Order: sequence, then structure tokens, then C-alpha cells
Amino acid sequence: MYETMVKSRAFEERIATAYFEGKSPVFNMANGPIPGEMHLSNGQEPCAVGVCAHLDAADFVTATHRPHHIAIAKGVDLDAMAAEIFGKKTGLSGGRGGHMHLFDARVNFACSGIIAQGMGPAVGAATAFKLRDEKRVAVAFIGEGAANQGAFHESLNLAAVWQAPVVFVIEDNGWGISVAKAQSTAVAHNDNRAASYGMPGHRVTGNDPAAIFAAAGEAIARARAGGGPSLIEIETSRLAGHFIGDAEGYRPAGEKDALFARDPIPALRGKLLGEKMMSEADDLVLVKRAESAVEQAIARARAAPFPAAAEAFDHVFA
Amino acid sequence: MTATATIRENRAKRNLTIAKAMAEALAQEMRRDPSVLVMGEDIAALGGVFGNTRGLLEEFGPARIRDTPISETAFIGAAVGMAAVGMRPVVELMFVDFFGVCMDAIYNMAAKNCYFSGGQANVPMVLMTSVGGGYGDAGQHSQCLYGTFAHLPGMKVVVPSNAYDAKGLMLGAIRDNNPVIFMFHKALQGMGWLGTVQGSINDVPEDDYVVPFGQAAIARAGKDVTIVGLGATVHLALDAAQELIAAGIEAEVVDLRSLVPLDRATVCASVTKTGRLLVVDEDYMSYGVSGEIIASVVEAGTVLKSPPRRIAFPDIPIPFSPTLERPALPSAEKIVAAVTALLRGGR
Ligand SMILES: Cc1ncc(C[n+]2csc(CCOP(=O)(O)OP(=O)(O)O)c2C)c(N)n1
Repeated sequence: MYETMVKSRAFEERIATAYFEGKSPVFNMANGPIPGEMHLSNGQEPCAVGVCAHLDAADFVTATHRPHHIAIAKGVDLDAMAAEIFGKKTGLSGGRGGHMHLFDARVNFACSGIIAQGMGPAVGAATAFKLRDEKRVAVAFIGEGAANQGAFHESLNLAAVWQAPVVFVIEDNGWGISVAKAQSTAVAHNDNRAASYGMPGHRVTGNDPAAIFAAAGEAIARARAGGGPSLIEIETSRLAGHFIGDAEGYRPAGEKDALFARDPIPALRGKLLGEKMMSEADDLVLVKRAESAVEQAIARARAAPFPAAAEAFDHVFA
Repeated sequence: MTATATIRENRAKRNLTIAKAMAEALAQEMRRDPSVLVMGEDIAALGGVFGNTRGLLEEFGPARIRDTPISETAFIGAAVGMAAVGMRPVVELMFVDFFGVCMDAIYNMAAKNCYFSGGQANVPMVLMTSVGGGYGDAGQHSQCLYGTFAHLPGMKVVVPSNAYDAKGLMLGAIRDNNPVIFMFHKALQGMGWLGTVQGSINDVPEDDYVVPFGQAAIARAGKDVTIVGLGATVHLALDAAQELIAAGIEAEVVDLRSLVPLDRATVCASVTKTGRLLVVDEDYMSYGVSGEIIASVVEAGTVLKSPPRRIAFPDIPIPFSPTLERPALPSAEKIVAAVTALLRGGR
């Protein structure tokens, strides 16, 4: 899990650097090697690794507009993912989807830029697994802001009525763009909402991968064993702005510094070293390995050709 | 001329962006009419992702400038209810691509309550939203969907191409007793990070004025061909018209300004004069604005010197990669080529 977190962070750091190329002195989203909005997930890595550690390629995951950490933890091909984000022909979908629409059928991964809309498909996939007597599960990741969407409530109810093997994971980073959770959500904790739909709800605090791993393990094992859906809300932190370019003027002064002080990656590194589960030398090797995988993916993405204009017309229909 | 009118004539020009013009219209109307309020995602402290509610929170406070949860079905439905009891809500839903999650509140209630109630229940609300692509945000954040909303009866649809019109259309939209969808194009908003078409920034008087719906503007007069556009495509058409001068072609550019109501008369009058028609639309080609304009001209019996043409987004989801997206979008070059072909009489 630590290595995957390191890889995810390294990936996002390289993506951020590339994103800024060509976007100065005047920041214009259309310019540079990566156009469009860019939502980084640094700080939220524990949610992805803690949950996905219990999943294999056959399990179905839907992610949000902030998908990189989840994609990496789910085993999405790193080279093809990087190429997609650079809009290249060798990308997951040949440059058609981009950063918010990553699809890798090989590992059953999908995402969408429309808030909460991955939840219904997760319920559907899970129900299909149950119908076909397969021991597969589905996991829908959403942000805490998405818990106020109609799709959230409808999907919870449907999953419970159908006893679908699905786990809803809320990454609670406290903010929906500029709107704080307390200003948008009538209850302090969304796991309490699970009770309204007759399913177990659980809240994990501290952005701690071990605690997330434990809670997710229980929920996923229950789903696999036919015990139905559950919901987990994870306290986490968004270390970057909502998207790159967001100056975050709405954040209370000092909040960011406090978040950086609790960055989950150094925290986990310290813990692993402290408990002698990893040596400094192990760490070095592992960080190098993660970084070189990322380096290679980015280099391949940069070198890959762009799709030809006519390719825009392929795949509109199957 | 009265003294004040002279002073106004002589006043210094105030060039504003569409975003600023929208914010000014909202502020002016909120001062004048206590029943006006604004709500939507990130419109308060952030001032709107596209800047059109900047400064309003400071002046009017959180009761009248409300950030909402990401609960579009609820807050757009709530706007219908507020309007039913005498408020004039202005609601923003950031991107038109997001409307799927709350379409019922829009096309079954906002748009139909007046009709189904036999005129008892007016729905005076404004729904602001951004449209348009060209900056690599892919198919869930780049659509125009003009045709989708103009197709559904009971809602007015306006699309400003410049700041002067944006202010006048906004004041008209808030005062209108019907639901009005105010679609603003990202590239014209004056937000640096989206690039800005300079032509959208123009002189905006401080006065209270309304740009009437259903009156297209002649953005540029010409005698050889009529190019019809809306929002961002007006500027592409103007650029193309400028280039065409070198070839001795004088293009007339019509800015629709509103889709519902649609000013068919101005379009037909222009085509009667020029005898040639090209429609430029950034929305999908089929079943949309371009077909509607051409049908209107043909149905009116307007005599054409060559078959009408259209440039629109092909019927594909908007792709992410710039090498896929950019060639699919309308452009001044495409307009020049189409006009040149029209003048040769070919297809
Ligand atoms: C239906 C819909 N409404 C609004 C948006 C715009 N939007 C994109 S991200 C976002 C905030 C999401 O907050 P949250 O669910 O907490 O996720 P986070 O960004 O914090 O990861 C909003 C409002 C959208 N993409 N889809």
C-alpha cells in the first residue's frame, strides 16, 4: 500500500509539472501538453489503497472526476493512463476521454465527471455479479459533496433493496470546490445516512491507511459473502486546490498548513520505519521503483503520437 | 438632446467582460427588486467558477447569494417553488452538461407549469449556465446543447456574444415572467484561464437597459452572403468576414442573441438581400439550431442563389485530445472555405 501511495503521489507531481508547461505567463487551460481541468488527488491516496487492496481485476470500480489515485490502486495500466491524460493515440481510449474519463475494461475501472453518477452503475454491476453467482463486488467512490445528490440516495436504497454486493466509499476531504461540508450537508457524518437505508455505515478518521484497510476489508468481505451493501466515509484531505489553478481563497487561513503537516505519505513512512517494518534502504528502493515506473509512463506518453483527426469519429457506436 | 443624454453620450467608455456585465446586471436588479436572489454551486465566496457572481456576496449577504449543496434536483426544483410564490430566483448550474441530473425540474416543471396551470402559475426564474469547448475538457464539460433546450417548449433561451448584450439580456431575463435559460460561452467570459475572445469585451453603460428577446443583431453588414451565428460563433464569423474582404466578398454576420424567441424575420431579410446562407453553430449538427435556421429561411420562400450550408459540431461526443477536438470545432477557416464554395455556387 505504501508503494502504491508513493507511486500515485509521484504520478500526480509529474502530471502537475507537465500541466503547467505552456500555461505561463498567462494561465490558459487550453494550452500545454495537458489541456482541460486537472483534479489532483494528493492527500487522498490512503482511501484508494486501503480499499483497493481488497479488490482484484474482476471487481468493478467507479471513480469520480478525481480518479488517478483510485485508478493506480486498482491496477489501471500506468502507461496507457498517462498517455490518455496527454491525449495520445496510445492512451486508454485513444485520447477521447482524458483525465476525467478513464476506462480500463481489463481491470473493470470506469469514471465520470458528473457528480455521484458512478453510483448507479456500481449497483448494477454488483447486482449482475449476484445474479450470476459470481463472487465479485463493486465499489463506488464519491466525494462527500456527492452525498447530497439524488443519485446517492437512490443508489443506496436500490442497493439495499436488491442486497447488491456493493460498497460505497466516500472520500470526505471537507470541501466540494469552495463549499465546506458543514455548509452543504445537514448531518456531520454521511455514514449515519446508511442507517436510513438499512445498511451498515462506518466512519474512518485520521486518513490512516491501516484503519481504512480494516474497515474496507470488513465491508468487502461482507459483500462477497452475500451480506449486502455498506457505506464507508473516510476522513481525508485534499492537499491541492479543487483543480489546478484554484487559488483556494475560500479556505480558512492556516488550514492548508495543518493539512500538509498531516500528509499521509510521510506519516506512513515514519510509522513503517518506526515499527521497523521497513528500513531506510527498503524505502529508497521502493521509492525509486515507483518513481521510475512513473517516469517511464510519462516519458512514453510524451513520446507517443497524437491521434489523427479522423479518429474522433470512431467508437461513437459499438 | 437633453443635458443628461449628452453627458451619457460623452461618458468614458467602460469596456467590460461578459462575466462582469452579468454580475453588474444581477447587482443592479437585486438593489431594485428585493424578490431577486441568486443560488447555485460555488457562486458565493468563489463568485462563480466563471466569475459572473463576483462581489455579490459582499453586497447582498448569504441569504440572497446562496451556495447550494450539489443537489440540483432540489435547488432547481426549489427555484420553481420560489418563483411560484413571487420570488425571482436566478440559479446557476456551472456547466450545461450537468443538466441531466435535474432535467425534470427544468423541462417538466419550470417549462410547463405556466401552461398546465392555464397561466395561473408563472415561473419567473433564470437558469445561468456555461457552454462550449475548445479547451480540452472533454465531452462532459464542453457541450453547447443549444438545440436541446430550444427544442423544449416553455423556456426562453438567450445566448449573448458580448458584454453589452449580456447585461441587457440578463436584466430582461430577470424581469421576464417565464423561465429563461441564459447560456454563456466559456471562451467569451473574460476569464483569463479560458482564453478570451477580445470581441466579447465591449462598452457597457451603467444604465438600466434591456436587450429585447427575439431581436437578432446585424453584427456586420454585407451584401454577398449571410453568416448566422450565436455566442462564440459570431466572433468566428466576424473573423472570417474580415478575411473574406481580401477576396472581395462582403459577408453579413447575424448574431441571433436569443434562440427562443427566434428572430426569423431578420435572418430572412438578410438572406433575401444576400441570396446566400451559411449557419455556424458549435452545438451538434443534427436536429439542432443550424437545421432550424435553414428550414425557417426555406419555408419563408426566400430565394437562394445557391443551396444553404452549415458548419456545426459533428454528431460525436466531444473528444478530449486537442488533435481530435480542434478539427471538429467550427473555425474561421472553415467559414472562409464554406463561403468561398457558396459564392462559386457549388455545394
Ligand atoms: C451533477 C454535477 N454537478 C456539479 C458538478 C461540478 N462539480 C465538479 S466537482 C464538484 C465538487 C465535488 O465535491 P466532492 O463530491 O466533495 O468531491 P471532491 O471534489 O472534493 O473530491 C462540483 C460541484 C458536476 N461535475 N456534476
